[in-house]
Amino acid sequence: MSRAAAVTSRRRPGWFPALLVLSLAAALTFLTLPIVAIFVHSSPRELLDSLGDPSSREALRLSLETTTIAVVVILLVGTPAAYLLATRTFRGHALVVTLLELPLVLPPAVAGIGLLAALGPNGLLGGALEDAGIQLVLQTAGVIVALIFVAAPFHVRAAQSAFAAVDPRWSEASRTLGAGEARTFARVAVPAALPGLGAGLALAWGRALGEFGATLMFAGSFRGITQTAPLAIYADFSTDFDGALALSAVLVAISAALLLSTKLLARDALARV
Amino acid sequence: MLSLACETRVGAVDLALELEVAAGSCLALAGPSGAGKTSVLRAIAGLLRPAQGRVVCDGETWFDAAARIDVAPERRRCGYVFQDYALFGHLSAWRNVAYGLRDVPRARRRAEALALLERFGVAALADERPGRLSGGERQRVALARALAAQPRALLLDEPLAALDARSAASAGRELAGLLRELQVPAILVTHDFAEAALLGDAVAVLDAGRIMQRGSAAELAAAPASAFVADLTGAVVLRGRARRDAEGLTCVTLDGGGEVVALTPATGEVAVSVYPWEIALSPVGNASAGSARNRLEVEVLSVTELGNRVRVGLAAPQPLAAELTSASAARLGLVPGTRVVATWKAAATRVLPR
Repeated sequence: MSRAAAVTSRRRPGWFPALLVLSLAAALTFLTLPIVAIFVHSSPRELLDSLGDPSSREALRLSLETTTIAVVVILLVGTPAAYLLATRTFRGHALVVTLLELPLVLPPAVAGIGLLAALGPNGLLGGALEDAGIQLVLQTAGVIVALIFVAAPFHVRAAQSAFAAVDPRWSEASRTLGAGEARTFARVAVPAALPGLGAGLALAWGRALGEFGATLMFAGSFRGITQTAPLAIYADFSTDFDGALALSAVLVAISAALLLSTKLLARDALARV
Repeated sequence: MLSLACETRVGAVDLALELEVAAGSCLALAGPSGAGKTSVLRAIAGLLRPAQGRVVCDGETWFDAAARIDVAPERRRCGYVFQDYALFGHLSAWRNVAYGLRDVPRARRRAEALALLERFGVAALADERPGRLSGGERQRVALARALAAQPRALLLDEPLAALDARSAASAGRELAGLLRELQVPAILVTHDFAEAALLGDAVAVLDAGRIMQRGSAAELAAAPASAFVADLTGAVVLRGRARRDAEGLTCVTLDGGGEVVALTPATGEVAVSVYPWEIALSPVGNASAGSARNRLEVEVLSVTELGNRVRVGLAAPQPLAAELTSASAARLGLVPGTRVVATWKAAATRVLPR
């Protein structure tokens, strides 16, 4: 009798924890399967061969160059802008924030059309750009413009919340200790917000590396000039599926390495100061 | 000499006050939270711009609304110790201190910062981040940091409030010593009258943006100008209606019942204040002897140890408290529910306008 009671009162694993585990397993499988497949399909040998292919090498080089320039521009302009949004309130503040976030939700095709309508030869600023001798459409510079447009909001958003999380009295303490606004920004706000800034930078860089639609529409897909790695993959996949796969694998590896090193660098920098 | 005159609205408080502090002396601004104490410090440091007024330090005008002068905080050089200290969390203790040492050549900054930390007894913690320091240690680092830049004035916002009772007592003694040595004007903000009395050469009581009374701590405690000041200094405040009795004394009928007698002439609605240590307790039925004119039969509500004395909360028509030595409390066998008679002299009873 007492034995039977002991058996029935023993806790059995419920169905809900099992459901949670199952959901995670399904999500993990679905989200990693394509990435795993890329690496399964291409042997290391093929990866190296694909790097030997000049068109792939060119696309990778172009991707790295354009994303680096775009990220530097985003960093230099976006960081102070995010600081202003995080530390001051003014009329229309919420509106400005929303406008800056808008590119996040734009379909890439709409972004491309928008860039053409604004900066294309017949666009809003097309005449002014032409007078200044600046050509963007079908040029490497156009790739960079498209990358900045789609990637900047990621950094600005992350940087704004990182700056907002810094105790405002730190900045005030800095001022009373003889540091002006610029020095307070450089010595207190930026170091204190560094992990958040690093995360924003990594997000923006990742987005820029993967950018496809806006670049294709605004800058086109010309080998060596505007054909970045994602565009080269698209151009190759119908004719040379294995080559496209290999280039994809390299792009995945580079993206992952960039994200990881940016995050680690930010953390290290914080530990050192 | 530091002087401030300002009139401005900060949040829900209308700040309107004038104050002056001589070099080498410390003014304690005491008042409840929301009285505008911190805003006064911020206006002096340049972190808040008043609508009207002037701030002058050593003959140099830092702010003058009429003349459109507003010197930036970094050029005013106020040593500001923030509530909770606001140490830079990403910098070690010595780098926090060195932050203000910009006039010192880079090579000598660490030595100089260490010397300052040594002065406050925390040099051993120079390489620790603030997150790893105790409240008392942070307070010392914050003081060292505020003094590093050779401030023209020292502003302290609740410097002891973040500390537990024991470290607050020792930190208070050290701070008092520091303030005596200091050659610049200092203003200290606190909600605790005892802290103001310990650290301020003069005390100004602030309520709702206005200075209610100023003087030495002893003057304020002995002659509070209002029920508010009396309450802040720790006195028991009772409300009632005063009239002149046949003997020429002031007799106050308390709201809720009971009567007390005072010497100060007054009529109409008044507040009566008496300090808890001036109230004696005796057993019921044995209290007819003695010269004290004021006697109320009350019930003990609570008995709280305060070091070597106890504070006894009493249930009367209006709340009352007495402070006795622990020995007396034990002799009377005071526990919640005990009925006793509270007595005090007419001379110890202050009558204040309401």
